[in-house]
Amino acid sequence: MFRLEVRTSTPAWFNLALPLLAIGATLVLCSGLIALAGAGVLEAYGVMFTASLGDSYAITETMVRAAPMIFTGLAVAVAFRAKFWNIGAEGQLLAGAVASCFVGAIPMPGPLAMVLMAVAGAAAGAAVALVPATLRVKFKVDDVVSSLLLNSVIYYALMALIEGPWKDTFSGYPISPPIEDSANFPVLLEGTRLHLGVVVALIAAPLIWFLIVRTTLGFRIRVTGENPEAARYGGINVERVLLSTALLSGALAGLAGVGEVGGVHFQVMSDISPGYGYSGIVVAMLARLNPLGVVPAAIFLAAVMTGAEAMSRATGVPAFLSDVIQGTALLAMLVALLFTAYRIRRVGAVR
Amino acid sequence: MPTPAPLIEMRGITKSFGAVKANEAVDLSVAPGEILGLLGENGAGKTTLMNVLFGAYAPDAGEILIQGKPVRITSSADALAAGIGMVHQHFHLAPRLTVLENLLIGIPGKAGRIDRAGGLARLAEIGRQHGLTLDPDLAVSALSVGEQQRLEIVKALFRGARLLILDEPTAVLAPTEVDGLFSALRSMAAQGLGIIFISHKLNEVRALTHRCTVLRHGRVAGRVDDPANTTSAAMAQLMCGHEIVPPARGASTPGADVLTLDGISTSQHSGTALRGVSLAVRAGEILGIAGVSGNGQRALAEVISGVRAPDAGQMTIAGQNVSRFSPREVQALGLGRIPEDRMTTGLVTNLPLADSMVLPRIGTAAFSAKGLLKPDAIRAFAEAQIKAYDIRCPGPMTRAGALSGGNLQKALLARELAFDPKVLIVSQPTRGLDIGAARFIHEKFLDMRAKGCGIIVIGEDLEELLVLCDRIAVMYEGRIVGTLDSADATIARLGLMMTGAEGHS
Repeated sequence: MFRLEVRTSTPAWFNLALPLLAIGATLVLCSGLIALAGAGVLEAYGVMFTASLGDSYAITETMVRAAPMIFTGLAVAVAFRAKFWNIGAEGQLLAGAVASCFVGAIPMPGPLAMVLMAVAGAAAGAAVALVPATLRVKFKVDDVVSSLLLNSVIYYALMALIEGPWKDTFSGYPISPPIEDSANFPVLLEGTRLHLGVVVALIAAPLIWFLIVRTTLGFRIRVTGENPEAARYGGINVERVLLSTALLSGALAGLAGVGEVGGVHFQVMSDISPGYGYSGIVVAMLARLNPLGVVPAAIFLAAVMTGAEAMSRATGVPAFLSDVIQGTALLAMLVALLFTAYRIRRVGAVR
Repeated sequence: MPTPAPLIEMRGITKSFGAVKANEAVDLSVAPGEILGLLGENGAGKTTLMNVLFGAYAPDAGEILIQGKPVRITSSADALAAGIGMVHQHFHLAPRLTVLENLLIGIPGKAGRIDRAGGLARLAEIGRQHGLTLDPDLAVSALSVGEQQRLEIVKALFRGARLLILDEPTAVLAPTEVDGLFSALRSMAAQGLGIIFISHKLNEVRALTHRCTVLRHGRVAGRVDDPANTTSAAMAQLMCGHEIVPPARGASTPGADVLTLDGISTSQHSGTALRGVSLAVRAGEILGIAGVSGNGQRALAEVISGVRAPDAGQMTIAGQNVSRFSPREVQALGLGRIPEDRMTTGLVTNLPLADSMVLPRIGTAAFSAKGLLKPDAIRAFAEAQIKAYDIRCPGPMTRAGALSGGNLQKALLARELAFDPKVLIVSQPTRGLDIGAARFIHEKFLDMRAKGCGIIVIGEDLEELLVLCDRIAVMYEGRIVGTLDSADATIARLGLMMTGAEGHS
């Protein structure tokens, strides 16, 4: 018989081992589906790997996909640290995209446009995140539900915008007018889509880590998340910390949208995000809410997404496998997290 | 008394956690009709031993015999089936269900239906036998703490327990409730049940038990065959391995008022509200607040800590009106606080101990500047306090939740005293602590008193209050019913006032 026993401490190497364990388990579990679809498991994973990380172009494509998930992953990690359950990164991303697209379409010098796009996108994301946070602080409304449902509100507001005032009158497509060419984020490597926003995302991760670990705001976020009562008695204004966290989290998710508009699509359409906001939750959990861990976790998911399309073309396995892998990875990680609090013990006979 | 075959016998029980031997070759037996006291300091291995008996841990070596037959107990279900019942310090009850429903949880009914009539009959029978009466249809959330404990005992008897383990049962009770508990336990023993009574309170152990087993560092340090005629000092010495001298509270000359409350009332959010509470603590004085818990002590501590704003009345610290101050503002004026519930309002169990130790002062220049933490200063502070207070832990980065209760209490004390508070508000400072740790805490309070700190001690342990306090105020239903000089106070008199009778001082 086996039994779970409470652990008194968690070894540091678990931070690395658990995500790897979860990813390993995910690939094993999903291999059954690949076999079921009639393809060779090793061949399919091989194609996925080559197409996502096999050469320098593939790597840049993966990084371009990773960038928004780094931002949404950071957004979720920051929020979850304070136990502000922000499931609304998707809506905050969309709001950021709309706001930056609006600003980017105004003629002005390029660098200024880029800065203002970022500011507007971050502000829009923050404003959206403030809604569930305020409802929770003022009226004790469950933030999981309110932030999640707000995603639909924002999505349909965006649809109304591109089906209405922003609709392309020439083609009739539901897409926004493009931003000014001068506002397009510079491409860093000729012949690829690797844009400035990717670098900003990579810089954001250590900055957010520093904020969480080394600043008084970060301290207050951590303490508020772990024990709001002790925080309150300790003189921390818990409500203010939650609102600050929401602003920060929403701004980060908004920046994900800014990068997609300024660096990838240069306009807003209905499928500007294939669920990057939700993927951010998977990323943050795989990273164990550590901002530095968000980067490799986002790259992993981006590689799966990029690779799944190539795999689908080469082997006929549906590209939906990418979603299955994401979902399985989240579940596997949640199970793996059990081992931080418990160890498995064999219950033997009394000798 | 005669010595029939033991009801239960534990032989050579050894249990290790890593390198730590929590129990080593422990023998223990309880005869039918016997009340055995199990004594020992925190960390002596009492809880581990009882967890082995109750099936939560498998021992590394040793055996358990019930009426002479070896048994294997690997789960609480096994223990219950073997006739062992346990009343934990923290009750395991479903608050929204009624008394009867709680009793019937896990008991198979007849043909899928709950046997209500049978349950009622059993409940009434147990109530008659031992004076343990309970209203079967009352929701558990409506019961007092004492009644909930009674329900836990009844629950064990209901399941046919022949051996009852009680872990610190009196810690949550008022003196009158303790008398009721003891007469019920004596009645159960008279009918042949065995009882293991775990307690730190030696006078209770002497009054109740027939025999004691004392643990120290996981081994049996000694046995007491006649507790009633053994001195508390002798038993304390067995527990600690050395003599314990109670701290002497010397005379003091209190100075000016450092904290005053004048007509403080609160609205009833949760728990008992305050109704016109007035009191004053002077510099160099310890004021006790006695009372059965749930009579407004929590609201009082919350108001003084700045967590709850009073609806009416005025509070001052060092002459300044602080009625509307936030926790941070009252702390800045020199208020230190040691909360009743270390784990929920004191510390952050999932973060490093160092974080909890600097929590109330994280925004001050000592630990941060311009919004940036000073990790080295935080670490150095925690390390210094760990050393100064002999807090047993691997280091400042240990998860706070991994520390024992006594060490957590020392950590909280260290964090508050490091900044020389003018006023200290303390709730149940030694609840659950062993004699050695409690002694240490008491000494620190007396040191602070000598330095001119005004201290409020909220507590239910009247003996502790009498040792520690210069004056004792008694709270009842949100009011102060009277204040006594501790020279005039006796347990009987305070006990009477705790039931609402006016004091005459």
